[in-house]
Amino acid sequence: MNQRILELEVMRYDPEKDTRPWFQSYTVPCESDWAILDAINYIKENLDTTLSYRWSCHMMVCGSCGMMINGEPSLTCKTFIRDLPDKVRVEPLENFPIERDLVVVLDDVMQKLQVVQPYIIRKDPPPADQEYTQSRAALHKFKQYTMCINCLVCYAACPQYGLDNSFIGPAALSLAHRYNLDSRDQGKSQRLDILADHDGVWDCSFVGACSEVCPKDVDPAAAIQQMKIEGAKEFWKQKLSGGKS
Amino acid sequence: MPVAKKAVVWGLFAAGGTITSFVFPALILLFLLIATDNTPINLEYSQVHQFMSGFYGKACLFVVISLALWHAAHRLRVVFHDFGVRKDKVVANAVYLVAAIGTALTAFYLYLI
Amino acid sequence: MSRRPYVRPMSKTTWYMRNGRYKVYMMREMTCLLVGFYSFLTIFGLAALAGGSAQSWNSFLASQQNPTMVIFHAFSLIYFLIYQTFAWFELAPKAMPLQFGEKRVADFYIVAAHYIAWAILSAFIFWLAGVF
Repeated sequence: MNQRILELEVMRYDPEKDTRPWFQSYTVPCESDWAILDAINYIKENLDTTLSYRWSCHMMVCGSCGMMINGEPSLTCKTFIRDLPDKVRVEPLENFPIERDLVVVLDDVMQKLQVVQPYIIRKDPPPADQEYTQSRAALHKFKQYTMCINCLVCYAACPQYGLDNSFIGPAALSLAHRYNLDSRDQGKSQRLDILADHDGVWDCSFVGACSEVCPKDVDPAAAIQQMKIEGAKEFWKQKLSGGKS
Repeated sequence: MPVAKKAVVWGLFAAGGTITSFVFPALILLFLLIATDNTPINLEYSQVHQFMSGFYGKACLFVVISLALWHAAHRLRVVFHDFGVRKDKVVANAVYLVAAIGTALTAFYLYLI
Repeated sequence: MSRRPYVRPMSKTTWYMRNGRYKVYMMREMTCLLVGFYSFLTIFGLAALAGGSAQSWNSFLASQQNPTMVIFHAFSLIYFLIYQTFAWFELAPKAMPLQFGEKRVADFYIVAAHYIAWAILSAFIFWLAGVF
């Protein structure tokens, strides 16, 4: 197995000792098939046990290991060293406050995921036999938006969130869209009251970075543009019907 | 209730963006032809005046130019925001005012033709 | 154990210089200046056309006939094509997903339909103008 020597410049921050973050360099011997997460794990196990960071599944489903790799928001278990140069800069996710080393404060987005009412909302009672039927075609309409693993790499990529973090943001809006498109749901109008309001979809200027960095191809930018159209349609529907539909 | 103004201006922005994407390259090329002294024959005074005197000429020009103005206005508002100018209300009122003036001028001159 | 989260500053005026993706975005947004310019140029043209005689229209045409305007129009055409028309078409599938049964129409066809419609519309405009 081939080995490569990588030099990792890792951002460190100890809230009890440091006034601001700083970079520490590590020289890491890597196997050629490693992901950058493996190199960070090597540092933790062999070079510096004080390094703090989040990771778990190592297979792109838990969403824990998001970081900035050479300035690019990335899932570190999905970023392979064969695609990276010998010098790698590792920083915590952009646009979030740093808790410690590579760990960021995620409370803001965790709260926003709840604000969009991410559950089936019904006006009619459930079907008589207690089971909703949904065709495969109806499932395909919203399936891609269910793939979000909440890694929040999209928030790191979104400059509008960086400029003003009251923006609800890509992942939360995609989650809302997932429910708006679900054939079992009847809450689109209710959700749009929040989404088509301040800090909702209108804060998005379609930079599109979120969709480019998403490791699960959720395409939040598409979700948001579709909701802008829905929001515009909903406005005229309510205006013309003289009230809520 | 979705925020009224944002839904409306975004709708104009999207319509304007679509129309300008389709129509403006041809428009700019026509200006380039004029500038290089290759003015197409139907843009000589008598032809273009006749075309613009008709209903369809006026209707098309009005729709295209007014949507283009609103598209540019809203986008410029976002550009100011992206460049760090934070007085959004002031910027919004200024750009939409210019778009409104442009729309009024378009209607006025089309009426005169 | 005390918490003291550190907020990294983000320049509100130069953030877009951070990477190529953001720079392209700003180039795209700046096309609004061209849209505004050509809208008002067309309005000046309409004003000249409403002037009452061929003279005002011919002066308007003459005002475009100098090297500066030739370069400006040529530059604008290329810039506008790349950063508005082509960019808008490439993003169109995101705003209008089409699904028939279980199959999603591939982005390629939606984008291609835009290019074809654009070509036909442009040809029609040129025909109206008497280019051919």
